[in-house]
Order: sequence, then structure tokens, then C-alpha cells
Amino acid sequence: MDDGLDDAELERHLLQRWETPHGVWNALATVDHKIIARRYLVTAFVFLILGGLLAVAMRIQLAQPEARILDPDRYNQIFTMHGSTMMFLFAVPVMEAMAIYLVPLMVGTRNIAFPRLNAYSYWIILVGGLLLWISFALDAAPDVGWFAYVPLSGPEYGSGKRADIWAQMITFTELSALAVAVEIVVTVFKQRAPGMSLDRIPLLVWSMLVMAFIVIMAMPAIMFASSTLILDRLVETQFYNPAAGGDVLLWQHVFWFFGHPEVYIIFLPAAGMASTIVATFSRRTIFGYLPLVMAFIATGVLAFGLWVHHMFVVGLPRLGEGFFTASSMAIAVPAGIQIFCWLATLWLGRPVFATPLLFVIGFIVTFVIGGLTGVMVASVPFDTQVHDTYFVVAHFHYVLVGGAVFPLLGAIYYWFPKMTGRMMSERLGRWAFGLIFLGFNLTFFPMHILGLLGMPRRVYTYQPELPWAGLNLFISLSALLLVSGFVVFFIDVLRAWRSGEPAGPNPWKAGTLEWATSSPPPAYNFRRIPVVDACNPLWVHPDELAVTTGLRVDRRELIASSVVEALPQARESSPRDSIWPFWAAIATSIMLIGSIFTPWAVVWGSIPIAVTLIGWFWPKGTAEDTS
Amino acid sequence: MKERAVLDVSKLPLHGMGTASPAWWGTCGFMLIEGSGFALAIAIYFYLFSIAPNWPIDAPAPDLFAGTALTLLLLASIVPNILVLRWAKARALVKVRIGLIAMSLLEAAPLAPRIFEFPAMHVSWDENAYGSIVWTLLGLHTTHIVTDLIDTLVLTCLMFSRHGDNTRRYGDVEDNCLYWTFVIVAWLPLYVCIYWVPRL
Repeated sequence: MDDGLDDAELERHLLQRWETPHGVWNALATVDHKIIARRYLVTAFVFLILGGLLAVAMRIQLAQPEARILDPDRYNQIFTMHGSTMMFLFAVPVMEAMAIYLVPLMVGTRNIAFPRLNAYSYWIILVGGLLLWISFALDAAPDVGWFAYVPLSGPEYGSGKRADIWAQMITFTELSALAVAVEIVVTVFKQRAPGMSLDRIPLLVWSMLVMAFIVIMAMPAIMFASSTLILDRLVETQFYNPAAGGDVLLWQHVFWFFGHPEVYIIFLPAAGMASTIVATFSRRTIFGYLPLVMAFIATGVLAFGLWVHHMFVVGLPRLGEGFFTASSMAIAVPAGIQIFCWLATLWLGRPVFATPLLFVIGFIVTFVIGGLTGVMVASVPFDTQVHDTYFVVAHFHYVLVGGAVFPLLGAIYYWFPKMTGRMMSERLGRWAFGLIFLGFNLTFFPMHILGLLGMPRRVYTYQPELPWAGLNLFISLSALLLVSGFVVFFIDVLRAWRSGEPAGPNPWKAGTLEWATSSPPPAYNFRRIPVVDACNPLWVHPDELAVTTGLRVDRRELIASSVVEALPQARESSPRDSIWPFWAAIATSIMLIGSIFTPWAVVWGSIPIAVTLIGWFWPKGTAEDTS
Repeated sequence: MKERAVLDVSKLPLHGMGTASPAWWGTCGFMLIEGSGFALAIAIYFYLFSIAPNWPIDAPAPDLFAGTALTLLLLASIVPNILVLRWAKARALVKVRIGLIAMSLLEAAPLAPRIFEFPAMHVSWDENAYGSIVWTLLGLHTTHIVTDLIDTLVLTCLMFSRHGDNTRRYGDVEDNCLYWTFVIVAWLPLYVCIYWVPRL
């Protein structure tokens, strides 16, 4: 038991039990949520860089009319790869990575729920991303847009295996995202520190919880879409063939039923990050905790009522258009509540304009602009005019980059000290923010005008007599400014990782539990599990942490608590490291990649998966066996 | 930071059961995912129905016998499933072992009529959208039956091993019963869609 031991002895026992030993094999077998989250983060940022380079390639091609740098086929692959990479391999994984890292620490537990599933989910998305990018290197990348509309992606027009590769990459990301979503829900519901009742859950955790529920409800749609697409292509089902009773619009309905909530899968964690950063740097508790939680939940619910606004130009019944216009505008209400709560917190506090807060302010500005153009395109007559133009490109970049990347970068500056034990540079951070904010607005704001001037999106070039050349050149040059901001950011990350100033446990004097442990946290997270009596326990008790005793130290134990009041209910054992999730992911990947070519891969591929699952779940004795 | 011990958890049980168990919530999470999948599949069935001039497309309505037999078998398994759940709660090892053997047989049984359900559709998956969606619905549900059957077989073996008689495994049995209930409940709207909607 952990009582009766002095701190050093306790730490030694806990390290022995929880730490991942050195070596490649152990690295593959680890189930430590922090290690897995760091892998997710690094992988996601590598994909951000790759996706960003593709954007630069597109901007070089579009910088002048009738450029011949990229041919149409390669351009189609590049814009498909850019969208698919950014949405499926960067935006969702990076938010889930932040959840995997932060949620267990913020709720005061020692590991995420189902840690082996967590390890499996990482290997799965890594292989999915590699599949997509290897296909690109082999000139076989999907070329049908990140939305893969049929019939262009169907068997009639989608040549070769390009659309199949896209569809299976989607399946990889679904598997990963759904697994992580369940882990987050169960960690929040069942592993919160004693006393962390629903009204004491940190706002970031609330936002991650709502995000997880959106994933759970929305991802089956894209799973259905990708599976039926590959079935149409591989075994000739007829879901999207109008000649046999199928319907191409069915694809759009199913895709956007996922695709629109996807925006909130990305935005809600960002809103949680913004809430946390605003409170910490305003030096006061957040204004409107309950309205913010309600706004998160309302956003999650309303997110499912908006998908048709992506389809206003396909000719739907007027009544439907009216309903979806209203619901698209209604989502501005919870978004407005969030923004007013953040502004009120800043107004009532004593804000310190450090880099994380600068990024959040940048987020508020850009997201408001994106939100306003969102209300514009929610109107059917306006959307009909601008739908396939650069106006929409500008709008969704304002929403996605403004709504997710700005707060994410702020969050990296904010939690980097916790993750690495080292501070990032305030000076470089301000430079990075300035360049990114300026570069972003100079790149994307003119796209509104370009769209109003009629430039269609997804075209690889345009004629010199059209009035778009000057703006395009300006946008391409501005994109380089944006890139330079990211270069400064990544230099700062690498510099800080190697030789940043030591951070100490709580460099920002924040109030939530992750700052109650050392930076970076030890393998076991907390020496003793905290007991919580406030929303920001470290602000209420800055020098002393109330803790539990009575957990065993000779095995991995954590506390399971009740859903509402977080009353301790049981001592659960947390799974040990295992290589089997890695092998299971490899087996799953072989099956999924094989099924691009033959349906028999599903049959034969199930056998190695079954073998690896047996290894995964093989009982080695539980705490109860020997008690 | 100094620590102040305020709560001793040493007397807590080593594993929670039912809603006290994280695994129970995990099972619920996956049922929610799969339930969303089934709901979406049913929505797509009705979407395709709504745009088709005739439904079923180029096929007579499915024969009722195999699907109805499967439905009755599933419904018949509810009572033993509930009994196993109760025995697991009471940690009655012998009864749980017998119950799991019975449930293994009862979960395997529906696969026999399921084999005959596919030809009973009178349409192949690749003939038209109607064939595609009904085969998909049947395929989805078959996957669930097979998955739970394998789970039950593994659990049955485990309960006969030295690892069986402990709280965690009884919790696993509870979760397995919960999941089988989901497999039954998920089938009922599918059954109505596949067999009765074409007769409207």
C-alpha cells in the first residue's frame, strides 16, 4: 500500500511498476498515455508540415495564370492530399492527442481508460497515414477531393486504386478516432479524482468529452460512407449507382452528416483550450462556467443539424433548405456565448498577454470572421452564388485554422512546459504569433474577394484575361509569410525541447490538476491520487494537495469513481505494457490494405487479427487472483 | 507541493461491477457506436426506399420463415441471458459456467437460419441498391452475432480456468450479457425493415 512509505520510497515503487523500460521492444509495447500522446502529437505535426508543403505547392502553381509547374492530375492529387491530410491525419488526431495527454492528468488519474486500445489506435492511424503518403509518392494518390464525391470516386470514373486508398485511409482514421473517443468518455466518467463532481470538471475536459461523443455519433457515418464506397468499387454493390436504384446524393448526405460535425470535433477541444488559457492568464476563474458547458453541449447537439448546408446547390426541397438555414444560423448562439464568456473573463481579470493568450486572441478574431461568413453561406441565395468559389475556401480556412490551429498553437505554448519540463521562448513565440496571424489573414482574407470575383475552387490554373492574377500573386506571397511563422514556431519547439529553460511544476501558476505534478509528469502521473473540492484546486489550495491513500504499489492500480459525484467505488488494475496491440494493429492494417485489392483479404485477414487479439487479452492473472 | 491524506481507499473492492466498472461503460460506448451505425443503415434503407419507384426493386418481398425463426431464437435467448446476468451478479460460479455454455449454443443457433436469410432476399447484393442495403443490414448484424459468439466462447473457457472466479471476470460476464441484449434489440428494427416494410 502507498501509506506508510516515505515519498522517495513510494516514488521508487511506483516507477518500478509504471515506467516503460528502455529499448525498442518496450517502446513498441508501452501503454503510457503520455508517451502515446507525444507520438500522436509528433505524427500529427509531421502531417501538418506535409499538408502545408502541399498548400505551398498549390500556391506556387496559382501564383500566376497558366502556370505549368503542376499538371492537372498532380494538382488534383495535391489538393486531395492536402485536405485529407489536414482533416484526417492532422486536425482530428492532434486534438485527440491533446486529450490523450491532458485528460488523465486533468482528472487526476494514472492512465487513460483502456490503455492498450490507446496504443493500438496510434499504430492504426500511423499506418493509415503512411498508406496515403506512400501512395502519393508512388503517383497513385487519391485525386477526388477530401470529400471524394461520387460518381467521380465511384467505379465508373475513379480509375485505378486511388479512391480505394482514400476510402481505406478513412477506415484507419475512423478506427483510431472511435477507440480514442471511447477511452476519453470512460476516463472522464469513471476515473476522475475523488470529489471532482460534474461541476468541478475542467472546461477542457468537458470540451473533450463532448468532442468524444460527437466522434461516437458522427464517425459511423463516414465509416458507412467509406465502406459502401469501397464495396461499390470492389464487389459491385449499387449504393451510388442511379441506374440501379442508388443515388449520388446519398453519398453527400452521409459524408456531410459526418463532415459537418467534424468541424466541431476540431473546434470544441480548441474552445476548451481557449477557456483554460483565458482563465489562467486572466488570473481568475472563468466567467460563466455553466453557460460554457451548456454551450459546448449545445454545439455538439446542433452540429448534427447542419450537414445539408453543404448541399444547398444540389437541389433539395425548399422546406429542408429552410430548416438547415435556421439550424446553421442557430449554432452561432452557443458560439457567441463562448466568445462573450471569454471576453468577460478577460475584462474582469488582470490579463497577462503571454504567447498562449495572444494565440487565443488571434483565434477569437479569426473565428468571429469565419463565423460571420458562415452565417452568410448559411443563406441559400448567397451560398448559391459563392458555393464553388474561393469565398468558401476563405470561409472554411477561417473557421478551421482560426477555430482550431490558433488555439492549438496557444495550447502547445501553454502545455509544452508540462509535456517536456522546458519553457518555449516568449520572444520567438510573439514572432511566431505575429507572422502566423498576419500571414494567415493576408493569405485567406483576399480569397473572399477572389471568390466574389468568381474564381472557382479546385482549378489548377486560370486564364490571364480574368481579373484574378494580382490577388493570386498577393495570396501566394502572403502564404510564404504564413509559412515563415510556422518555421519560427517549429524552431522554437526544437530549441526548447533541447535546451529550453526548466519549467518547474506550475510555471503559469494555473489552477487545474495537471500542474500539481512535476513537469514532465512521472510515469505514474501522481504520487498519490488527488482529492478535489474546487474547480481550480491549485488556486484554492496553492501549497497543499489533498490526496488519497490505500492504493497498492506492487501493481498498477487506479481509482474508479462514480459518474456524477466522483465518489470512489473501486480500485481498478490498469493493464501492463503489451506488444500485442502493436501486432494487432499490423494485422488489422494488412487486412485493410489487402481489402483494397480483394474482398478475401477480409476473410483471411481476420485470422491473424484473432490471433493477436487472443495474445492481447490472454489473462496473466489479475489483482483478485492473488488477493 | 505538500500532500495531506484525506481519504483511505484501501477498503474499496478490487473491481467494480455493472455501472461501477469502466469496462461496462466501455461496452456501452461501443454499443453507442454500433447503434449509431445501425440507425444510419436504417436511415439509408428508408432513403433509398423513398427515391425508388417500387420497393423492393426488382424482387419479391423476402420470405419470412428464416428471418422470423432467427427472431424467435434471439427472443428465446433473452431469458437465459438474464439468468446468466443474475448469476454473475451473485458470483455463482457453477451456474455462470452452465449458463455460458447454454448461451454459447443459443448464440450459435441463429447463425443457422441466418444462412438461409440471404437467399430469402431474392436479390443479390450487386443487382440493385435494394439488394445492396438488405445484404449490408444482414451482414452488419451477422458480424455482431459472430463477434458476440466468439466473445462468449472465450469467456466460457476463461470461466473454467483458474482466472474465472473473481470479480473482474464476473463483470466481463455481465458486460457480455449486456452486449447480447444489444444484439437482440438491434435486430428487431432491422427485422421490421427487411421483412415487413417491403410488404407495406
